[in-house]
Amino acid sequence: MIEIENVTKYYGDFQAISDISFRVEPGEILGFLGPNGAGKTTTMKIITGFMPASSGTVSVAGYDIMTESLEARRHIGYLPETVPLYTDMTVKDYLTFMGKIRGMSSKNIARRTSEVIDICRLGDYRDSHISKLSKGFRQRVGIAQSIVHEPDVLILDEPTIGIDPIQVVETRQLIKDLGEEHTVIISTHILPEVSMICERVIIIHEGQIVAVDKPENLANRLRGVERIELDVKGNRRKVLDEILSVEGVQDVEQTDTLGEGVFSYLVEGDVGQETKSKIASTVIHAGWDLHRLESIGMSLEEIFLRLTTSEEASKVE
Amino acid sequence: MSNAIAIALKESKAYFSTPTAYIVGAMFLILTGIFFVFDITRPFADASVRGFITWAAFFVIFLSPLLTMRLLAEEQKLGTLELLLTSPVKDWEVVMGKYIASLFFLFATIALTVYYVLLLYVFGDPDTGPILSAYLGLFFYGAASLAVGLLSSSLSSNQIVSAVVGTAVLLILANVDRVANLVEGITADVLHEVSMNTHFLDFTRGIIDTSHVVYYLSITVVFLFLTVRSLETRRWR
Repeated sequence: MIEIENVTKYYGDFQAISDISFRVEPGEILGFLGPNGAGKTTTMKIITGFMPASSGTVSVAGYDIMTESLEARRHIGYLPETVPLYTDMTVKDYLTFMGKIRGMSSKNIARRTSEVIDICRLGDYRDSHISKLSKGFRQRVGIAQSIVHEPDVLILDEPTIGIDPIQVVETRQLIKDLGEEHTVIISTHILPEVSMICERVIIIHEGQIVAVDKPENLANRLRGVERIELDVKGNRRKVLDEILSVEGVQDVEQTDTLGEGVFSYLVEGDVGQETKSKIASTVIHAGWDLHRLESIGMSLEEIFLRLTTSEEASKVE
Repeated sequence: MSNAIAIALKESKAYFSTPTAYIVGAMFLILTGIFFVFDITRPFADASVRGFITWAAFFVIFLSPLLTMRLLAEEQKLGTLELLLTSPVKDWEVVMGKYIASLFFLFATIALTVYYVLLLYVFGDPDTGPILSAYLGLFFYGAASLAVGLLSSSLSSNQIVSAVVGTAVLLILANVDRVANLVEGITADVLHEVSMNTHFLDFTRGIIDTSHVVYYLSITVVFLFLTVRSLETRRWR
């Protein structure tokens, strides 16, 4: 649905993004993660055709954003970071106008505006002036305008920034729901948000893609190890020895005492189901009670820090 | 073109729902009204709009940039230009839509001065031809001024800056013929021909000369074209 190939962008001499390539499949929710100034917004502005890339190509729904710009733009719904709204208009007028300039027929507009007003739960504010709305509601109007023309592709630049926690939860749910019908790219620097909403994450740092994967895979893949937690009833030292001798286990430590001879252990081992099965069968064969066994991912914060700081470190060297 | 109309309708609504346009329009009517009174109350005054329309043209120079300053500067300030330019709308449609709206409001304001003309007909016996040609000239003058104002609105995200730049450019463009008197030869001729006021004179005398019409239309087209280009370069900045 969206293809970005070797896109580079310079602002003067400053290279904002360098040689980025990725694809977004139809119906996918892609998270675009990175610290401030990493190049997220720049990339989005290039995808939407607001800014041309210095080199490289972008195509949306099969149309090149530079050469078939109008056609490509028809398929895009865009919410910039600043949530641009005509503050002197009412919500309904604003949505009607946005529908019109996206080439919708009057009949369609009437139907869709009331639909998106419902979807974004703006019903009580239909005829309110946008200048009177709170930040959270403005954000919703921003999202409403991005979906009013039923685009295939939704590009949302930090859609949950600056709104209160309850609205953040609602907005996330809204984006998740939208992801069922649209291809979505959402940028954020809030990490839990990505694991909540996105099916795939691109981590971008200093204009370069440093990682692409599913949020849950990212943790394991990046470390090259899987972390497994298990509670076992049995002799502590023996359990430690036995588990460590299992093929694929790199390290094991006891983390907690649960009482009645049950202890918690944290195992680091090779990625994959195999290691887990082997640990389980070892424990059972030794005649101990296995109370719990689960693999735990690394939190995105950890990955993020690791990736971006190791990048930093390699720069210094 | 339907996009341009949609934008024009939105901007027209904005004109009628914000105080700025009303205040600016009212000021224009007050000032032209005062000069209309001065003009027809002097001794041996004739029943014509000639004196008043010259003043009206002078005030249009200040009125136009005030009407256009918001149009593109505010879009840049609010960031809505980003939405407009990422919608399937051509740049020239944006410019035309904005321009048509300002043209409509200016013409509506000028149309209100027809009240003065009615007074002339009630209390005197004016010649209809020169009045029509004078108004035609004023419309062309206004159309060109608005195009200049729109360009300056595209150059900055600050409305005040837009208005000041627009007024300055218009003052120069209108009065450059005064400089023509200070120089000689071809330079003088060029400066004389470039001036907006030079071309206005004939209209007030009841003469509709195609060359003057072409002049005002050229100014309009050139400045609107520059506005489109200016919007395009917004993307590159």
